[in-house]
Amino acid sequence: LVFTEEDKYGLYSNLLFKYFLAEGIVCGHDLFVASAKEHPDNILKELPAPLLDGTYGKELGDEAAAVKSEDFQDSMKIAWRYQNLPKMEASPTTYTKFGHYYDVSKKMSPELCQSAKWHSFYLHEELSFEPKMKTCNMNSGYARLLQSIQRIISQEGFDGSDPQKKQRNVLRIGIQSLGSILWGDDVCCNDTPEDTHSLTKFLYVLRGLLRKSLSACIITVPAHLIQNKAIMERVTNLSDMVVGLESFIGSERETNPLYKDYHGLVHVHQIPRLNSLICDVSDTKDLAFRLKRKLFTIERLHLPPDLSDTVSRASKQDLAGSAKLLSSGCGAMAIGKKHLDF
Amino acid sequence: QGKFTLLRDTRTDGSFLVHHFLSFYLRAGCKVCFVALLQSFSHYNIVAQKLGVSLAAAKERGQLVFLEGLKSCLDLLFGEEEQPGQPSPLQFLSGSTSDLRALFDFVRVSLTPADGDSWKGPVLLVDDLSVLLSLGAAPVAVLDFIHYCRVSVCCQLKGNVVVLVHSNEDSEDEENELVVNSLCHHSDLILWAEGLATGFCKDVHGQIKIIKRLSLRQAAEQDLVQIYQYKIQDRNVTFFARGLSAAVL
Repeated sequence: LVFTEEDKYGLYSNLLFKYFLAEGIVCGHDLFVASAKEHPDNILKELPAPLLDGTYGKELGDEAAAVKSEDFQDSMKIAWRYQNLPKMEASPTTYTKFGHYYDVSKKMSPELCQSAKWHSFYLHEELSFEPKMKTCNMNSGYARLLQSIQRIISQEGFDGSDPQKKQRNVLRIGIQSLGSILWGDDVCCNDTPEDTHSLTKFLYVLRGLLRKSLSACIITVPAHLIQNKAIMERVTNLSDMVVGLESFIGSERETNPLYKDYHGLVHVHQIPRLNSLICDVSDTKDLAFRLKRKLFTIERLHLPPDLSDTVSRASKQDLAGSAKLLSSGCGAMAIGKKHLDF
Repeated sequence: QGKFTLLRDTRTDGSFLVHHFLSFYLRAGCKVCFVALLQSFSHYNIVAQKLGVSLAAAKERGQLVFLEGLKSCLDLLFGEEEQPGQPSPLQFLSGSTSDLRALFDFVRVSLTPADGDSWKGPVLLVDDLSVLLSLGAAPVAVLDFIHYCRVSVCCQLKGNVVVLVHSNEDSEDEENELVVNSLCHHSDLILWAEGLATGFCKDVHGQIKIIKRLSLRQAAEQDLVQIYQYKIQDRNVTFFARGLSAAVL
């Protein structure tokens, strides 16, 4: 269960959402798209087109070649101790191929879209019958969504209930903007919402459905609107993976020269620890994303060298503070600055 | 015997402690009732196999009673009407009752020794209690449930109870903090796993505080507090004194 906190204007989280669905189509998985905001048909028309093998390498290669030619074998004179460290690759190179790459400027061809089997749930089009399941005081929009998902899972045999089916496939579920007012939940508007438990109950039942079937799910939530932090804490506990996107649009970081190459930051709050005592922890926690003309990439955060003479003290401290916050992860947060000041 | 152990985690995931206690008590030959609310049976099974215990075999021979919360919840919501003689342990979800009596009855029935049982003391293991609050149980109901379990398992059956809760330093989840603080006061032993205050580190995953609450049983005694750091590996966890991780030495 991948829980994504949306950025303020929803631009980049929408992009991630579409990537998830597009990957499903390319891999031949079945899709289930649910939304209260946009009709799923429209969402599916906007998926990015997959890049064929050769093209991605070429895209990346063009840029990399320009950079490499200058300083490939220059030996370092001052910082010579660093010479022995491996060259840091900011973007994934082609030999680590996991999944597919997509061209954001092109739409996926309708033939490819049609080839996938998909189900949709658009809240405002669903019949307003009473759901057959016991609603347990849950918001009716959520209850109907759960019933729909459960119906698809058992009908299409994703839970292994149909022994006749030899080919087992994966169901990718995408739920857009859960928790927003469009679903009938006021958790995003009120500090003390009427029903504090609907969202968490929904996630628990969804988790149960995912665990007993071959499915994966991504949910995007406008977390910046949820005032009640207790709910966010509970939601984090109930999800396997929690990722937050923070875009720089409209914030003071947009004009900060230190962030000029990027469009936003990626905060990984939690990673899944399934079937094992340990989880797969990467070396770095500072991730940033940028949207180039054709590609959306997530890279390690590079701070460009501080070459200007007139960098004010305020911005330096501010960056140091946020850099400390960035280097925490896996639920371990740096408390203030007191531990690292010396 | 008759001890209540609280597992607590802050800023990190303390579930490795749950896996440890599960395999520990099964290996010791105790009868275990495991209320697993957060993960599926196969998750615990796979980890337990790495630790050398087979949960499926334990279930077969009646040593382990496993309540898979996620599955129970689905059965309750999407299943057919329940039989009157067999109420679902998670009945509070359907809103008909607001207390956790059905869950307690389930625990009591599973741990009461039947004829022909040769297991050593009963053990109740819960992972994790904070989920009950997320599902709509009131904090008082959760505390009542734990109280009943203590009386029944620790005092009457002379068994042990081990419970995992989450907590955060500046958490705004008041209900959760209420439950956690109350349980802390009534525990014999607290194992508190915390993420490092200075942030993430590859070689030291966190710090564990072991608090032996001697003051609970005897008025004049002081609690004993020990602090270690730990690193989790694939098949076990290594503990070491603070600052002496293998990466540093």
